[in-house]
Parts: sequence; structure tokens; C-alpha cells
Amino acid sequence: MYHAIVFLPLVGFLIAGLFGRILGARPSELITTGLLMVAAVLSWLAFFSVAYGDGATRIQVAQWMVSGDLVVDWAFRIDTLTAVMLIVVNTVSALVHLYSIGYMHEDPHRPRFFAYLSLFTFAMLMLVTADNLVQMFFGWEGVGLASYLLIGFWYQKDSANAAAMKAFIVNRVGDFGFLLGIFTLFVLFNSVTFDQIFPRVAELANNRFHFLGIEWHALTIACLLLFMGAMGKSAQFLLHTWLPDAMEGPTPVSALIHAATMVTAGVFMVARLSPVFEYAPAALTVVTIIGGITAFFAATVGLVQNDIKRVIAYSTCSQLGYMFVALGVGAYSVGVFHLFTHAFFKALLFLGAGSVIHAMHHEQDMRHMGALRRYIPFTTAMMAIGTLALTGFPFTAGYYSKDAVIEAAYASHSTAGSFAFLATVIAAFMTSFYSWRLFFMTFEGSARWGHHGHDAHAPHDHEGVEHDARSRDVEPASHAQHDHSHDHGHGHAHTPHESPLVMLVPLIVLATGALLAGIIFHGAFIGEGYEEFWKGAVFTRPDNHILEEMHHLPGWVPLLPTLMMILGFLLAVYMYIIDSKQPAKLAADHPILYRFLLNKWYFDELYDAIFVRPAMAIGRFFWRTGDQRIIDGLGPDGISARVLDVTRGVVRVQTGYLYHYAFAMLIGVAALVTFYLFRGAH
Amino acid sequence: MLGFGILSGLLILPLVGAAFILTLRGDSEAARSNARWAALATTIVTFLLSLVAWGRFDAGNSAFQLVESHAWLAETIRFKLGVDGFSMPFIVLTTFLMPFCILASWDSIQNRVKEYFVAFLILETTMIGVFAALDLVLFYLFFEAGLIPMFLIIGIWGGKRRIYASFKFFLYTLLGSVLMLLAIMAMYWAAGTTDIPTLLTFKFAENLQTWLWLAFFASFAVKMPMWPVHTWLPDAHVEAPTAGSVILAGILLKMGGYGFIRISLPMFPDASVYFAPFVFSLSVIAIIYTSLVAMMQEDMKKLIAYSSVAHMGFVTMGLFSMNPQGIQGAMFQMVSHGLVSGALFLCVGVVYDRMHTREIRAYGGLVNRMPLYAVVFLIFTMANVGLPGTSGFVGEFLSLMGAFRANTWVSFFATTGVILSAAYALWLYRRVVYGVLDKPSLQGIADLNRREIITFAPLVLLVIYYGVHPGPILDAFAAPTDALMKGYEAALQTVKTAAVAAH
Repeated sequence: MYHAIVFLPLVGFLIAGLFGRILGARPSELITTGLLMVAAVLSWLAFFSVAYGDGATRIQVAQWMVSGDLVVDWAFRIDTLTAVMLIVVNTVSALVHLYSIGYMHEDPHRPRFFAYLSLFTFAMLMLVTADNLVQMFFGWEGVGLASYLLIGFWYQKDSANAAAMKAFIVNRVGDFGFLLGIFTLFVLFNSVTFDQIFPRVAELANNRFHFLGIEWHALTIACLLLFMGAMGKSAQFLLHTWLPDAMEGPTPVSALIHAATMVTAGVFMVARLSPVFEYAPAALTVVTIIGGITAFFAATVGLVQNDIKRVIAYSTCSQLGYMFVALGVGAYSVGVFHLFTHAFFKALLFLGAGSVIHAMHHEQDMRHMGALRRYIPFTTAMMAIGTLALTGFPFTAGYYSKDAVIEAAYASHSTAGSFAFLATVIAAFMTSFYSWRLFFMTFEGSARWGHHGHDAHAPHDHEGVEHDARSRDVEPASHAQHDHSHDHGHGHAHTPHESPLVMLVPLIVLATGALLAGIIFHGAFIGEGYEEFWKGAVFTRPDNHILEEMHHLPGWVPLLPTLMMILGFLLAVYMYIIDSKQPAKLAADHPILYRFLLNKWYFDELYDAIFVRPAMAIGRFFWRTGDQRIIDGLGPDGISARVLDVTRGVVRVQTGYLYHYAFAMLIGVAALVTFYLFRGAH
Repeated sequence: MLGFGILSGLLILPLVGAAFILTLRGDSEAARSNARWAALATTIVTFLLSLVAWGRFDAGNSAFQLVESHAWLAETIRFKLGVDGFSMPFIVLTTFLMPFCILASWDSIQNRVKEYFVAFLILETTMIGVFAALDLVLFYLFFEAGLIPMFLIIGIWGGKRRIYASFKFFLYTLLGSVLMLLAIMAMYWAAGTTDIPTLLTFKFAENLQTWLWLAFFASFAVKMPMWPVHTWLPDAHVEAPTAGSVILAGILLKMGGYGFIRISLPMFPDASVYFAPFVFSLSVIAIIYTSLVAMMQEDMKKLIAYSSVAHMGFVTMGLFSMNPQGIQGAMFQMVSHGLVSGALFLCVGVVYDRMHTREIRAYGGLVNRMPLYAVVFLIFTMANVGLPGTSGFVGEFLSLMGAFRANTWVSFFATTGVILSAAYALWLYRRVVYGVLDKPSLQGIADLNRREIITFAPLVLLVIYYGVHPGPILDAFAAPTDALMKGYEAALQTVKTAAVAAH
């Protein structure tokens, strides 16, 4: 069964990738989607047999490499954590496949698109079923490749190509840490297999390790390095810059990869390695702080973005921060629970946004939307459910998981935990505000499409549409947003329309998840059913009582997130429904703050100035000066030049006059005689 | 067969083919076609024979196998051939890449066709000879003889600055070789033989080891090439015809690494331990420096050439980390790089044959008209970047892991190569393949033809196969690595005691 779950998407990829052009688009779509559906159903079966039965197992597939003590297998490690990830990945992937049949129906490259989606799913499954660190790295890089290909799917758009490259390279910065972390663990444990590392963690808990000339607590440095990988993949603060740009990809891709699955790989990794992280408290503190900063930082940026997808992207970034906060305070199951529920409502929000974009003929700027509720009521309802779940409306999925994260942060009683508590509470307020802002700007108010009246927002003051002006888009009709930004009359002349059924069914399924996933599963994930559900798949030390303490908090703590949600909602109502002049006025009153947020704290500019441009300058310097002037100049070219000089000199000596030669001979004889005289004297 | 074994057969076969091509009369189209087919047939038969040799080879045994020995210059300087786990994969790699070179030259070489193929076949003999030689003098002979056909290939069939490039190539490598010859003579005086198996057990005085190591290093470092004696490589690559680049990157660069593992490391263990930090420094500089330089290149071939230097940095780093992962990783990296960089040069060759320029700026948006080419190029780009699942990952991962065990600083800096390689490789891919096809000159460019598909298919399959299942090659390296490590324990032990004493 597990072979089928993991390899069916690979089969789909190979069929659509190799024979897509022969088969045609429709068969490719049906084959890949059908195989994913089968895999998703099997995943649910696996989930129930593992989490509520006794199905945890290890399956050896083949051997990868052996070198000295290092043995790396291709093998599946099936436990509750894997099973949870299997249903998340395969369910969302199957729904996104289905949705894409509708969303991409105008695109001429559909077989390629579906092949990439299936390739991504396969790599993600390899990641979550990995039995050792190296296989996990295989999946890790595999999803990176698929993400690169899908972000750059519309390869004629320069901005998409740039975003794809950026995603891959920034992720590689994280991988740099991941690799070094793998090496450290291998040196410590002489193995990369989880089964051999985890039982021995306790005995190595106090080992020291020399890394870069400093003596570290061995497990701390290992965990910090591994966490660097997680930061890259999960777009945490400092390595987050690629995620908003990744929105260049088609919207189903954003839903699948950049919301529900791939970006949660870092969370999964830390949860998977919880037996190691539990013995590295300093590393956990770092995880908490980075998570808290990300939750806060991304929410602030999300407040002012105008591109519908970018708002959701920053929201994802922020929610990933929440997950890391939970992991950092030792409540791994809470982090994974939020991952699980988040997958439903964030995929729902993205696919809903996709439906809006589809309805608006590939318009993504919310300032050109408004009043869409009357035209696409179903999508509006779905988006409302997603927004409620994200903001933590009582009894929706987010209410259980997000509030649990905040409570766990409070319950940890550490400085980092308190900081994270503060950050996540404030972020909860902002989340509610920007989510409802998105909702109101898109679905309520007056219709701002179908006319040219948005001169107030010249493209140059806005990141979200700036790339449109740069790219030259010749894709037939699939993503002709560029044309629209110059020619609005043409694109928006006809009214927005509801999406086809094939796109709406996935929304219904995800909405069901967004509403019910919390209420059904919270007992098992983080409540009384904890022990028998996880069966040790996430490890906590005996002295880690955080889940227990979450139930004994002061009465105001559990109410606080809900209060924040209400406040955020009311503020959004005030600013976008009641007095819609307020946002512009506020921005005008605080231009510096507004620009700071709009430009995402200027991280892109900063990195460009301190990494990209210096690297290029140094490269050019090494090439022109190092290689050409110094090495070649002193080496081969210099020597050949000197040889030429000498021969030129020798040629000049050969004058042809007899007395010149006689004179030279005389000097030679004199020198020789002198030499022998002196030698004789000694 | 007159006492000649299968390895002699591998050496003689290409020469027979070359002799046959020389007998062809005239320069008619028919004669050229015959020369092509004869060269292709020769290289394929040689490849098949090398597979037979591989079949007879026992990977579990660390001793030399298929040994044959004939009287030659003197009683102690014999014509002795044999292979072990370190050399066998390279012989197969050589014979495997040759048919691709012939195919890549099918249409692109139009003048002096016969001479071209003769040069290639002689080159093949010398390359196999280097890997099969079990006598230092014989090794030296093949090592140097290979220079001549390559010199001619670059100098006659090369690009605009071919004379400069070929002389630079020749002088650089020759300079190193002179010192190697002196060292071989010194070894003969010290040990009384040039027989490699005997020398492997001979213990050279420590003082002498240092000098011998340096002399060999001069030669191998240039061949590798290591920073800062690498500047001949970009020029040679740029000017060489496609097939020349493939052989240069695929095989000739491996001779340096092979020399290290065959001679420097096992014969001069004390000196190798002593110089390891020096090699580490040069390797790390090579990885970072040349990766940055590669990023700024404007010529596709030059970019790949610089990336080769960076990848060879991983090899030297792995070899001198002196643990199983490092050594096996470095050796695997060489095999993998032989396939991947060879394939990348073939990729450049494909568009060069169509457009006659290698300038990156002249391209852009090729995927619009060349989807197959885009796929093939992407796979090799990813292998070059070291994506898991391609052969590039296994070597890079293992050599970095080996380096990490030897010295975390080295590994730390070398791992930045993982980021930089992604930067230059993806940027190249983006500029050449992605984007809008708006250059008028590219409007009529055609996708891969059948000959090119046949050329690339086996390379793609192998790169992925060895990425997922590197066992066949890693196992071959395992036995001799174990043997080498046993010899090293003593040398490493003395260093450790010295380090303890110093504290």
C-alpha cells in the first residue's frame, strides 16, 4: 500500500512528462489526477490504520549508498506523524490536481503542468516518509526542484523566472545548514537513520563538539544547523524573501506548494527530529524566537499588500511562524496540528483566490476588485469560511489549532515563550485585520473594475503590479494580466463569472476540512487522545508537561486570541466598510511606515546590496584581475612575454660584426681565467 | 593471443582503428563517411571489450587484476598493465564517452576529417593506458603522450584563439610533467624499481616523500586543475571543438585525481598528511573563487569550464580528507563529473552547431522552439548543481561529509559551493533557455535531431541511475579504499601523537 501511495504520483509524472505530448492534455490530466485520487484514498486508509490502529512500520525499498560506516537506504518510516503528512499532502494535491483542470484549461502546456504537480507530490511524499536524513534531503531538494519548475512555469515572464531562481537559491542557503547538520549528526551518531539516532540521543546529551574552532554543545549546534534548513524551506524570517515572489506561479501551485505542503516541510522536519531537539533547549529557544518574529513580521507586511495572492502568502509566512513557536516551546503536536488544519483553510483561501482571479480574468490587484459578492456568491462563501478558520472563529479549525499555539507559548513560562506569546497575540490581531481587509476589498464595497479610475495608484508605487510593467507576456490567453494592466477596458468589459464545477468541488471539500478538522481531531492531536494517537511519533521528555499546563491557564489567556480576532474584524469593518477613506489617509499620515511595510521591510533591497551585488563584483574581480591580470599575467602570458624580451635582446647582440664577437669572446676568456684564479686561491 | 590480455586489447584496438582510417584514400565525402563510421565502430567495440573486462573484474578484491607484464626497457621497467577498483571505472568511463565524442563530431568537423578521428583514437589509447599502467615509466609515457593528440585537436580544429589556447595547455601541463619525471627517476634510485605494486609497499624516507610529493603535485595539480594553475582550462575548453571539451572535462581532468589516488596518497602517506591542510586551502579557494568567476562569465563554455574547476575542488578536498566517505565521494565525483560535464559540453555543442556562437547573450527563450533540448539541459544542470537523485549529489555529499570529519572549517566553506553552484547554473539556464524567443537569429532554430537524442539518452539515464543507485561504482571503490585506509592508519597516528605532544 505504501509503495502505491508514494509511487503512484511518480508514475503519473512519468506518463504525463514523457508521453504528455503524444497523449494530449486531457488524458494527461485525467491520468495524473486519477492516480492522485487513488493515492489520497489510500492515504486516509493508512492514516486510520496507523493513528487509530497498530500500523506503524518500516518498509525497506532499496539501498541507496554505502560508504564506510555510512549506510543510506531508500526506506519508508510509517508512523502517525508520517500518516498525518500523507493525508495532508495527498488530499490537497489530489484536490489541486482536480482544480487545475478547470483553472488551467486555457493553457497550452497542461501536460507539463500536471507532470510537475505530480513530481512535486512524489518528492514531498519521499520527504515525509523518509527513514533517514539523506532521503529526507532527497525529498527536500526534490520539492525544491518542483517548486522551481512550477514558479517558473510561465517561462516567458521574466519576473516568474527571477522568482523561480530566487526560490531555489534562497532555499539552497537553508540547505547549506541542513547538510552541515546531517554531517554533524553523522559524526555524533555514526548513522543517518532515525531508528539508530533517536534511541541514543539521551546518552549523547552532554557531548561537546568542535565546530569552526568553537566548542559547542553537540546537539545544540546540530539542531541549529538543521533548523537553518527548516528556515529556508518554511520561509522563516531572514530566509523568507522567496515566498512572496513565488506567487508568480499559477495559483493552484501556490495553494499546494506554497501554503499547504512544501513550506511546512521545515515544521515537519523539526517535529520528526523532536527526540533530538528535546535535548537541545538552546536550539528550541532559537526556534521559538524566530517563529515569533516571523509571525509578527509577516503579519505587519500583510497589512498593506494589495496583491490578493501576496496577502495570503504573507499570511502563510506568519502562520508558519506560529507553528515554529509551538515546536519551540516543546508542544510539537500543537505545531503539527496547526500544520494540519492550516493546510485545509490556507489551501481553501488560495484556491478561492484563484477562483476570484479566474473570475476577474487574471486580475490580482485587490484595488481593481470590489463588490464581487453579487457575481461570485459561491466563491465568496468559501472565502468567508477560509477567513473565519484562519482568524480563529470559534469552533472552526483555526480556533482549535491557532489558539492552542498561543496558549502553549504562554504556558512555557520562558522568556522566549513570553516573547512569542506577545508576538503571536499581536499577530492574531493583525491576521484578523488583513484577512477581513482582503475579504472586504475583494467582495464588498463598490466595484472598482471595468473602468480606468485607479490613477491614484500609479504602478510604480506598488510592488505587486510593478513586475507587470516589466514583463512582456505573450502567453496566449492563460495569464494575460500584463495586457490588462495596460488595457483594462478590454479585459473587464464583461462581468465576473463563477468558476466551473471542477473548481468548486475542491473548494467544498477544503471548506469542510476548514470547518471540521479542528473539532474532530483536536482531541487526538493535542487533547486526551494524545498518547494513543501519536504513539511516540513526536517525542517529549518526561519533564516536558506543556500540554498538561495548557489546560491550567488563567482564564483570560484562552479568551485573548478570540478577542484579538474580534478587534481585528471590527477595525477592518471600520476602515473598509464604514469609512473607506481611512486607509489612504492613514498611509498618507505615516508615509515612512507605510513604505517600510509596503516594501517588506526592504529585505530584498538589503540582500541585493549585501549579497547579490557584492558576489557579482567579487566574481568579476576574481575573473578580470585575479585570473587574467595576476595569474595569467605573472604565469604563462608573463613568461612568454619575458621570453620574447630575452630573445629580442639576444637577436640584437647578433650584430654580424666580427670585432663584436671577438670582444665578447675576450670578456668570456677573461671571466673564466679570473674564476679559476680565484678558485685556485682557496 | 601471444600472451596479451584484455587490457592490451583495449590499448591496441583504437590504434588498429586509427591505422585503418589512415589507409583510406582521398578526401571524398565517401572517405570521410568511412572514417566516421570506422571511428564509431572502433570506439563501440572498444567499449564492449571494456565491459567484458569489467565483467571479469572482481570488485570485492583490492588487489590488481587482469595483470599482464611484458619485457620492455629493462628488467625492472616493464610493460605492465593491471586494474583495481580505482582504475576500472575510469577505463569504462573513457571507452563509454568516446562514441559520444565521435557522434558529436559527426557534422561539426568538416576539414581534415580522417586526421581528426585518428587523433581521437590515439588519444583513447593513451587515456586507457594511463589508467591501466602498472609501471611508473609507462604511466608517465601515456600521461604525456596524451598531450600531443589533445594539443593537435585544440590547435587544428579549435576556435579563433586556438593557437594561444593550445600552447597554454601544452606548456602548463608539460611544466608539471618535467618535475614528475625527475621524481620518477628519484624513486627509481631509491626503490630500485618502477613497478607500481612494489612501490605501493615500499616505504620512502620522510624527507624524500616531501620532495616527491611536491613534484607529483606540480603535475597533478595542473592536470586537475587546482587553483591557481587552472587558467589554461577555460581557454582550452573555449577553443576546443565540442568533442575535445568532452574528453578534456570527462577524462583528462580525471588523470590528476587518479594520479593522487594511485601515487601521491598511497606512496607518500606522511607527506600527504603533512600537506593535507595545504590541499584543503587550495580546494576551498577553488570552490568559492571559481564559482564566483563562473557566475560572471559571458561565454557558455567558459562558465562550464570554471564550474569544472570548482567541482574538481570537491575532488581534491575529498581525497585528502583521508576517510572512506571523502575518498569514495571524491572518486565518485570524478566519474559523475565525467558524465555530467561531458554532457553539458555536448549541450553547448548542440546550440553552437546551430548558431556558431557560445555567447550567452546571443541566446534566450530556447525552450519555445527546443523543448526536448530544454529538458535535457535542465537534467544536466541539476546534476551539475548536485540535486539528489542525480549522480552529482552522491559525490558532492560524500566528499563534503568526508571533509567535515576531517575539518569542519573546510566543509563549512566548501558547502557554500552548494549555494554558488545553484546561482551560476540556474542563471545560465534562465538566460539561455527561459524567456521570450525574440532574437531574430533564433527564430528558425531546430530541436534535437535523432543523432543528438541517441547521444543524450544514455547519458540522461546513467546520470539518474547512478544518482539513485550508485552502488555499482561505489562498491568498486570500496575495496581499494579500505586497503588505502589501512596504510593510512599509521601515518595519521603519528600526526595525532605529534598533535597531542604539541599541546
